[in-house]
Amino acid sequence: MLRIGSLGDLGDALRQKARDFALRRGGDRVRQRLESLRLQTNPYGQDPFGMDLDTVAAALGPMLWLYEEYFRVQVRGVENVPAGRCLLVSNHSGQLPMDGAMIAVAVFLHADPPRVVRSMVERWVPTLPYVSTFFSRLGQVVGTPENCIRLLEADETILVFPEGTRGLNKVYAKRYQLASFGQGFMRLALATGSPIVPISVIGAEEQAPALVNVEPLAKLLGIPAVPITPTLLPIPLPSRYYITFGEPMRFEGSANEEDNAIEQKVQKVRQTIQSMVNEGLEERKSIFF
Amino acid sequence: MASETPAIAVTGISGNLGQILAKLLHKEGRRIVGIDRRLFPGKPKDLEFHQVDIRKRKAEEIFRTGNIGALIHMGIMHDPRMTAEEHHQFNVLGTAKALDHCARYGVKKLVVLSSANVYGPHPSNPNFLTEDAPLMAAARFGDIRDLVEVDILAQSFLWKHPEVETVILRPVHIVGPTIQNAPSRYLRLRRPWTLMGFDPMVQLIHAEDACRAMILALEPGVRGVFNVVGPGEVSLSAIFKELGTSPVPVPHPLARPLLDRLFRLRFSNFPPGELDHIQFQGTVDGSRFRKATGFVPKYDLRETIWAALR
Repeated sequence: MLRIGSLGDLGDALRQKARDFALRRGGDRVRQRLESLRLQTNPYGQDPFGMDLDTVAAALGPMLWLYEEYFRVQVRGVENVPAGRCLLVSNHSGQLPMDGAMIAVAVFLHADPPRVVRSMVERWVPTLPYVSTFFSRLGQVVGTPENCIRLLEADETILVFPEGTRGLNKVYAKRYQLASFGQGFMRLALATGSPIVPISVIGAEEQAPALVNVEPLAKLLGIPAVPITPTLLPIPLPSRYYITFGEPMRFEGSANEEDNAIEQKVQKVRQTIQSMVNEGLEERKSIFF
Repeated sequence: MASETPAIAVTGISGNLGQILAKLLHKEGRRIVGIDRRLFPGKPKDLEFHQVDIRKRKAEEIFRTGNIGALIHMGIMHDPRMTAEEHHQFNVLGTAKALDHCARYGVKKLVVLSSANVYGPHPSNPNFLTEDAPLMAAARFGDIRDLVEVDILAQSFLWKHPEVETVILRPVHIVGPTIQNAPSRYLRLRRPWTLMGFDPMVQLIHAEDACRAMILALEPGVRGVFNVVGPGEVSLSAIFKELGTSPVPVPHPLARPLLDRLFRLRFSNFPPGELDHIQFQGTVDGSRFRKATGFVPKYDLRETIWAALR
């Protein structure tokens, strides 16, 4: 019988392997960037939110491979990401949130100073075994307003997808049509005086084209969606990613304005991202090459 | 007697935490009046102690004649084997009586030892609950309703009686070599259960640091509700790695019914409601107390973790 106690050691060994892989693949630049991340950690290398640099480094290995070899990400405008606090706001697609991971890798590799992007995860994520722990060690936090404000006030970079699962799990026929945006991110930006960097991701829609979303089954299983893709499971195909960071948008006003006033500002961001998406689509020559 | 400096009354002084507090206060040369229905073994000779139930008339007499300047109310029982009724009778009624005595007999300062457990661990909790967060603990774990009620009683007292400077402390999990609460007992297990795939960040505070926080709360000018955090956050798995224990991961859908059975058969002294603490986030923000009192824990994270054992 496998001794359960040794599972932890197995995990450690795997993590070490993945970390080495990240450093081999990324070379000195990645090493320097990893070392320059300044975190306030406990003696076990964890920050107050549970992020653990060892796990970040380990996850970076496979992520770098996906970024460079699989999705062959073309990135533009990273210099638009300001040094201090900011909200990265992107369109969302692909059934599995690979777009979030690729944006995070782009920022880690190219933004100045290097940093780990925190994304706001859905509130049911902490109920998932393993996933909850893994996300937490990667610095991802539950998307409550309190968490978001705390992180922005600490001058961190937050990634939000205001479309949420409406965007992530849309069917292929609706590709590149932005779903409706939530308002939360705008109130948080106003409350903390944070600039918003609009981002468009092209390519993620094609990684797992969903023909239909079996909503009754999703409801039954208590998950957001059951997309049926040509591969049956939403395994990402190697479509090429184009990620564009737009110029920071700054908004004036109070976080407690009425919904209509907030909605106008939200629409500005949504339209900016939609036109970035449209431009990106026009420029794109091929989905996979 | 009554002409002496006003005394600090302490309910629940015979408990393990109470004894640590008594020792610290005694070392500072403060005049202490201990109140507990249990015996106080190893009581310092010059410490005034009354073995009496706080709900009884005799306890009121102590407040009436004892020149009590401050009350530290920590006589709150947490025995998972007592019934909900006994808990309510002792904790809620006892607290109501203690608060009543403070208002009636001119006690200037009141410190109530509540707990950060009143918020309750929950998957959608923010990582750092502030004092304004709703007290949701009883939503999933009904057996600790009385602890939430004690906190709420003290809160309404704080508003109704501005003449009594009231402090409600909500410390995180208190651990210490003599402490017998659930977190300390859990960390002492040789083969503790964990929930497979869950590894929440938790916060511990050394029993002595928790007592120092109560003493700081006695300072004039400190008033309000405060979370009290020790040396920071750490994942459950890192604690076990530090202690060298190998936990037994149990799938969470199995763990609850299994522990429920074991608890009822008395093979385990952990009620199944406690499992939330090793599955979900329930960590709090201690900055308000730090700002108000300058509190810094004396024990660092490593020392605090080990304090649960030694």
